[in-house]
Amino acid sequence: MIVLQSLIYGIVLGSIITLGAIGVSLIFGILKFAHFAHGDFMTAGAYFAFFFVSVLGWPVWAAFPPAAIGLVLMALLVNKVVYEPLARTRPVILLVAAIGVALIVRNLVLMAWGPDNVVYASGIELPYRFAGLRIKETHLYIVGWALAMVVGLHLFLQYTKMGKAMRAMSDDPDLAKISGINTEAVVRWTWAIAATFACAGGVFLGMDTRLQPDLGWNVLLPVFAATILGGIGRPYGAIVGGMVVGIALEMSTLVIVPSYKPAVAFVLMVAMLIWRPQGLIPARTAA
Amino acid sequence: MSLLEVTDIHGGYGAADILKGVSMKVADGGLAVIIGPNGAGKSTAMKAIAGLVKIRQGSVTFQGQDVTGMRADKLTAMGLSFVPQDQNVFPTLTVLENLEMGAFLVSGNLGPRLDHVYGIFPLLEEKSQMLAGNLSGGERQMVAMGRALMLEPKLLMLDEPTAGLSPKITGVIFDKIKEISASGAAVLMVEQNARHALALADWAYVLVMGKNRFEDSGQNVLANDEVATMFLGG
Repeated sequence: MIVLQSLIYGIVLGSIITLGAIGVSLIFGILKFAHFAHGDFMTAGAYFAFFFVSVLGWPVWAAFPPAAIGLVLMALLVNKVVYEPLARTRPVILLVAAIGVALIVRNLVLMAWGPDNVVYASGIELPYRFAGLRIKETHLYIVGWALAMVVGLHLFLQYTKMGKAMRAMSDDPDLAKISGINTEAVVRWTWAIAATFACAGGVFLGMDTRLQPDLGWNVLLPVFAATILGGIGRPYGAIVGGMVVGIALEMSTLVIVPSYKPAVAFVLMVAMLIWRPQGLIPARTAA
Repeated sequence: MSLLEVTDIHGGYGAADILKGVSMKVADGGLAVIIGPNGAGKSTAMKAIAGLVKIRQGSVTFQGQDVTGMRADKLTAMGLSFVPQDQNVFPTLTVLENLEMGAFLVSGNLGPRLDHVYGIFPLLEEKSQMLAGNLSGGERQMVAMGRALMLEPKLLMLDEPTAGLSPKITGVIFDKIKEISASGAAVLMVEQNARHALALADWAYVLVMGKNRFEDSGQNVLANDEVATMFLGG
């Protein structure tokens, strides 16, 4: 029973990690660099939602859309001011720039909201009991919404012109340009989707636990482990990777001390890089 | 007035220029071929014209408009389609999606354009749901050319369309190029199979060391002894 209970927590955590990992994977596919500020983007999204909850008294679900819009605008601004001017240099320079952005975002959050933990809603949420398992309503929302967003992304990538253009540009940016694809528009769409998913991930983390300025930074490692597990640059792989990492982290607490949880993500990531750097699932083509 | 006019372009990837003065013209509906030894700058010249390599000096005009240094997607929108030598398909996209990406700039129904491309390459209709990355070399070349034709370009630029293909498939590709040319589009191509290409060309340019070395009609270049010993294998 305790195994099943851990599995449930794992699926919840996996859903949140997936939302972050999809963004990292999309950004890597299109812009070819590892976006180390992604965890802190999740934090910023969570706090943007907190603003609407605490100042205007809105429920979290109503605070999400404006928070997501805010985070998308922030991502587009950061891209314009920091990443775009560096785009023609090397990926390692972008990576270091992203670490700088991460520190700036985290400290701006700290300046605006302070170091103390805050919550969206105080009070104890009584879980549903089902055959000896405890499931919180919040957890159902998190998994349900994450699933809906992933399905939405799938439909977007497979059936819309912009979604296909994103996959095309991820395959080959130069060929995308000479096909007449507006690659700048593709880049903007990529940030918009990655930021929306990051915002959802951040808000869900805040709903599941508490908000603090390290919120997203603490899940950055699992998010990257999930991205690599899924084969970096492949958003579908990120879903599998997110679930595997989330479940592995929660299940690990059955056999090791919970404070070693982050180490599990690290071990998974290093092991993958050594034995299967191409990701868990074989690529769809030989090319 | 020529459709494409390239005047004394210099440029390359880094500090050192690969192109040191390349000029050429392609007439409306014409078929021009670039030949030359390895490292002559043939592919670089094509990429520079297509907006993928920086031009430091010189000019490119297309349909009478100066397009030097214009962004590749804008050039494509004007009717200049380029098919690179390698990596000329989107491997994780299906054949149909590859063709759709060729028509990214077109809003509305792609039916007639798809029918036109399927008319030239019936095989693509058959394999429309297959991933381009799983096709053979010749099939990929057809996808790449089909993608470029989706915009009904005025000028189709092909960089070594038969590189690495068997003699039989090479013949098929040349037949298709003849067909495309006959349908009215101008063609500019770089080709290692020089004899085959020169037989089709109304005009040919010989590039050596990033410069124009020689130019004449395809027939005359074929008959030229110096060119024959240098590039056509005697």
